[in-house]
Amino acid sequence: MIGLISYLAFFATMAGILAIAVLGLNLQWGHTGLFNGGVVAFFGAGAYGTMLLGGPPEPGQFGGFALPYVVALGGGILIAGVVAWIVGLLTLRLRHDYLAIATFGVAVAFENVTRNADWLTGGARGLRGFPRPLEAAIGDTFLYGLFFLGLVLAVLLAVYLGLERLVNSPYGRVLRAIREDEVSARSVGKNPTRLRLESFVIGSMIMGAAGGLYVSFYAFVSPQDLAPILTFQIWAMLIVGGAGNNRGAILGAFLIWGAWTLSGFALSRFAPDAMQLYTGSIQYILIGVVIVGMLMWRPQGLLPERVTKTIYQKGAKKGSVIINKEVI
Amino acid sequence: MSAVLQIEGLEAGYVRDLPILRQVNLTLKQGSLTTIIGPNGAGKSTLIKAIAGIVPISAGRVVLNGRDITGIRPDEMAPLGLAYVPQTDNIFRTLTIAQNLALVLRRLPDRAARLRELLDTFPPLAEKLDDRAGALSGGQRQMLAVAMALATRPTVMLMDEPSAGLSPKIAAEVLDLTRSLTATGVSILLVEQNVKQALRVADHCYILAEGRNRLDGPADQILSDPEVAAIYLGGRRVGAA
Ligand SMILES: Nc1ncnc2c1ncn2[C@@H]1O[C@H](COP(=O)(O)OP(=O)(O)OP(=O)(O)O)[C@@H](O)[C@H]1O
Ligand SMILES: [Mg+2]
Repeated sequence: MIGLISYLAFFATMAGILAIAVLGLNLQWGHTGLFNGGVVAFFGAGAYGTMLLGGPPEPGQFGGFALPYVVALGGGILIAGVVAWIVGLLTLRLRHDYLAIATFGVAVAFENVTRNADWLTGGARGLRGFPRPLEAAIGDTFLYGLFFLGLVLAVLLAVYLGLERLVNSPYGRVLRAIREDEVSARSVGKNPTRLRLESFVIGSMIMGAAGGLYVSFYAFVSPQDLAPILTFQIWAMLIVGGAGNNRGAILGAFLIWGAWTLSGFALSRFAPDAMQLYTGSIQYILIGVVIVGMLMWRPQGLLPERVTKTIYQKGAKKGSVIINKEVI
Repeated sequence: MSAVLQIEGLEAGYVRDLPILRQVNLTLKQGSLTTIIGPNGAGKSTLIKAIAGIVPISAGRVVLNGRDITGIRPDEMAPLGLAYVPQTDNIFRTLTIAQNLALVLRRLPDRAARLRELLDTFPPLAEKLDDRAGALSGGQRQMLAVAMALATRPTVMLMDEPSAGLSPKIAAEVLDLTRSLTATGVSILLVEQNVKQALRVADHCYILAEGRNRLDGPADQILSDPEVAAIYLGGRRVGAA
């Protein structure tokens, strides 16, 4: 029983971390129309950033500042933001598919840097982490699993609530206007260039937070964690759940991670011995099939973007109209 | 009557060293409805977009209410009192009517009152506030686009073929509506294909061909000009297209 709960907690921790990243992508793609094909680079920037800042010092290795956990995680998120800002300045002039290709290239370059810049990233060996937050104080492994799950779900909830506020505010409305048509957005007095960059940076910082949580959970990071498949998994989660809907993003993360885990389990269990070497590839194909199938049959996802109603609130501040529970 | 918008020797185009507009001059008088007509490809949309800051200007100047606005970014135009209703994609289809209006009302201190005024002016919009704008009919879309342009009380409104794609009856209604807007004090520069209808509602008319001024005058004179009648109101095509 404890084994099962413990496994479920582990599963939910992973799904929750991925859901945070999917929420970040939803801000970029779902609400602003930015086709980020390099999710893993920003996830990775947060992951390595957290590790470098919070990890123990090691000879011949940059980093190892052993900073307190909250500072390390916050710093990792900031590093993801800075990377996104630079990448955004360079690539956000590109549209749709071109942006996707450019950001995909950035992710490949990022992975190569982590593989080769030994002094910074530990190269292919990766970086050994720091004790997980409060692990010593809690002691018991089972309880600690639940604690970490609680931590992840708290961050997920905070990100969800923050994003709901953001996308239902006038700011979110402008993002959706830009998503639809930049020239028109410009002609109604908005500045798409600045807003696209902001959305890109905020979304990437959220991905960085997911990366930071991920490495603190495993207390280890290596280039293996930044394989391109992660980008595709996160995209599949958003597409299945419903781009433009934050609840859809979370639902998609849990569904796809569940399907991924189950298919991995089923394949290792039931696939003939000769096929065992290829189970990973079969899973890749499955992810591709899910993305393509969803785009063909239900492109809006399981929970489509909602049309929010205007609410005219009686007691509102004089001279204001409430739209989406927001003052326009 | 004084000029609210003055265009002098304008050269503009999409590609460097390839001007579409050459030495275009135009004056829009306070409270007037001035129409620009001309064959397809004459540069009418290009002229409107150059004024709105969307197409780069290589020579000449644009003066709005006595202020030189040549080369100003399009998103800086609205606060200066210039509104632009594009020929296509002039509303945000995935946003609701209310959200479309909210986008442009955002900076107004009296936005609630202004929203009510707009909804009184365009009653069909009031009934559909929470519908996606993409679900509106063609005429209603133009109505929303015009309402959005008017929201910030511009002094000058540029409209690119608001009647395009509408049935003759609805097109006439949209143009009548456009005419009636000048009563609120806004001056309108209107590009139209629908020459007869445009001349019916306009005060003044400019004819553009191959990116140059061809002819201009009071709308009723242009309407009775035999050459214009032959070219635009009869069947004969001009070679400029
Ligand atoms: N985005 C663009 N890039 C390059 N050239 C363009 C672009 N848009 C228009 N042109 C060219 O500029 C010239 C004028 O086009 P414009 O759209 O201003 O004509 P118009 O008078 O509005 O025609 P219509 O009545 O068909 O709307 C045409 O030769 C056209 O090919
Ligand atoms: Mg045109």
